[in-house]
Amino acid sequence: MSTNSRPTIWEHAQSKGVSRREFLTACAWMTAMLGLPASAVAQVTKALETQPRLPVLWFHFQECTCCSESFIRSSHPGIADIVLDKISLDYTETLMAASGKQAEEALRDTMTKYKGKYLMVVEGSVPTAEGGVYCCIGGRTALDIVQEAAAGAKAMICWGSCASNGCVQAAKPNPTQATPIHKLVSGVPIINVPGCPPIAEVMTGTIVHLLAFDRIPQLDGLGRPKAFYSRRVHDTCYRRPNYDAGLFVNSFDDENAKRGFCLYKMGCRGPVTYNACGVMRWNGGVSFPIQSGHPCIGCSEGNFWDNGPFYRHLPNFPGFGIETTADKIGVGLGAVTVVGIAAHAISTNIRKRHLIKEEQAASEDVKDGRAEQGGS
Amino acid sequence: MQTQTLGRVYVWEIPVRFYHWLNAFSLVVLCVTGYLIGAPLAIQQASEASFAYWFGKVRFIHFVFAYIFFFNFLFRIYWGFVGNRYANWKNFLPFRKKQWKEIKQVIAVDILQRDNTPIETIGHNAVAGFTYFMTFLAFLFQCITGFGLYAAMSKAWLPKLFAWIVPLMGGDFAVRQWHHAFMWFFILFALVHVYIVFYHDYVEGRGEISSMGSGWKFIEKEYHPILKDEKPASGIKK
Repeated sequence: MSTNSRPTIWEHAQSKGVSRREFLTACAWMTAMLGLPASAVAQVTKALETQPRLPVLWFHFQECTCCSESFIRSSHPGIADIVLDKISLDYTETLMAASGKQAEEALRDTMTKYKGKYLMVVEGSVPTAEGGVYCCIGGRTALDIVQEAAAGAKAMICWGSCASNGCVQAAKPNPTQATPIHKLVSGVPIINVPGCPPIAEVMTGTIVHLLAFDRIPQLDGLGRPKAFYSRRVHDTCYRRPNYDAGLFVNSFDDENAKRGFCLYKMGCRGPVTYNACGVMRWNGGVSFPIQSGHPCIGCSEGNFWDNGPFYRHLPNFPGFGIETTADKIGVGLGAVTVVGIAAHAISTNIRKRHLIKEEQAASEDVKDGRAEQGGS
Repeated sequence: MQTQTLGRVYVWEIPVRFYHWLNAFSLVVLCVTGYLIGAPLAIQQASEASFAYWFGKVRFIHFVFAYIFFFNFLFRIYWGFVGNRYANWKNFLPFRKKQWKEIKQVIAVDILQRDNTPIETIGHNAVAGFTYFMTFLAFLFQCITGFGLYAAMSKAWLPKLFAWIVPLMGGDFAVRQWHHAFMWFFILFALVHVYIVFYHDYVEGRGEISSMGSGWKFIEKEYHPILKDEKPASGIKK
């Protein structure tokens, strides 16, 4: 089937000395990572046998590289390597050997040679304030680079919360006007893979889906792959039965915390966070924050830095001072209302007294009138 | 002021009264359970999760009453088109000049208490009507945000209809926060509403409080829809 001039993934693997058994094992792993049943192994295998390696341009803008750090720790040894073999990572500032002129040339080559065929991967947000001067690479602004590279990309993956929703640098007051990529680019299919960082297997899984099926995975309303982001951390949390039973940790050092009860009252964002932490966990399935006794901070949700503080269920109400929740404002307004009602009630009573007096006076007039009539 | 001749007027039909009390009851239940969901009781206990389900029950009650509240609300909208003149939707929107005049009058008479001219309107006055329209908007907002949040844990089609609100507001967190904040609107509304009902009954003596039970209000002869047009019977001379 390999009529393509570029070697397929299987051919490339063979040239690296990968045996058929190893290749099939890798295909099975990938199928599992995609959340597909065992019956789909053949489909994935066939795809990897016939697909050429996907040229990938991996950009770094306003970010901390935690996404890359997470990615290279993809849990099962070899998987990350295999994925790196499956794709042709032509440009990435962090991992590439070349630098300076050579690196920029590699970028330019891929962009012209594989126009419309390469996968663009972005880690980090793009500052738009003052013409984008807050993030420049090779003398060009991130804004420029994104728009040029996106024009020839087949699809785009936005790694992490930075690229998907702005993360910390987009938190108030956002001095550099850090902007998530989907707000800057149009006309290219965009996959958001939020998280700070995203789970390694979610990252590799997303790439593998693109490789195996040559199309965008099913996305939700916020552009996230449904396979990994359709359920809340809360729904897959092993502490969930404690939530339904009303067994909550009330402070980090109480008995309930030792018993491993639900961290809802400690500000856990699990109920509003869509991610796969509860299922895939981290570092090869070792643990995830809640399992380690810490509430979820909701790092894969937009604005999570501004929805603080992390350790309280009800956040500060926007537009009011620190430590002001909707409940405090509500109670304050309630007090004002009660005072207003009391004042109104006093004034009403004064008014009613006047009304009664007037009425009494009127009825006395009537009585007097009758008395006069009776007398005549 | 003369002793009034009052005439009975059937203002609130049975469906309106039924809607009112079901709505009031649902709102109380939703506020109490909603508040508990936001701030669960701090109980220190050593029981196992498999022995208890109280928080699950609180949430279940909240969801059940959300459905009751929603369909009751839909029913009231329907009744705004088929009910009597006092239930009609036109009472809730100040489109007519007369309503704007009445708004000014109500503010002067009932809120600032600077004036004693009686308000003619028998059903909702223009300020009350418009306030109820605002509560309808709040109902709608709570239904959309509530079902939007609920959609993630439900397979039913109804909550799915509201799932669009989550990406629009930027995620579950913001939706939940606003859903919580709007609870206070209902609490404040209930405070003012109950007071105002007592106030009207206290000052006007039209039977405002009992009207939501009996449906009748007692209206002065000169404003009564039938009695006002009646000429004095020929046999009786003044």
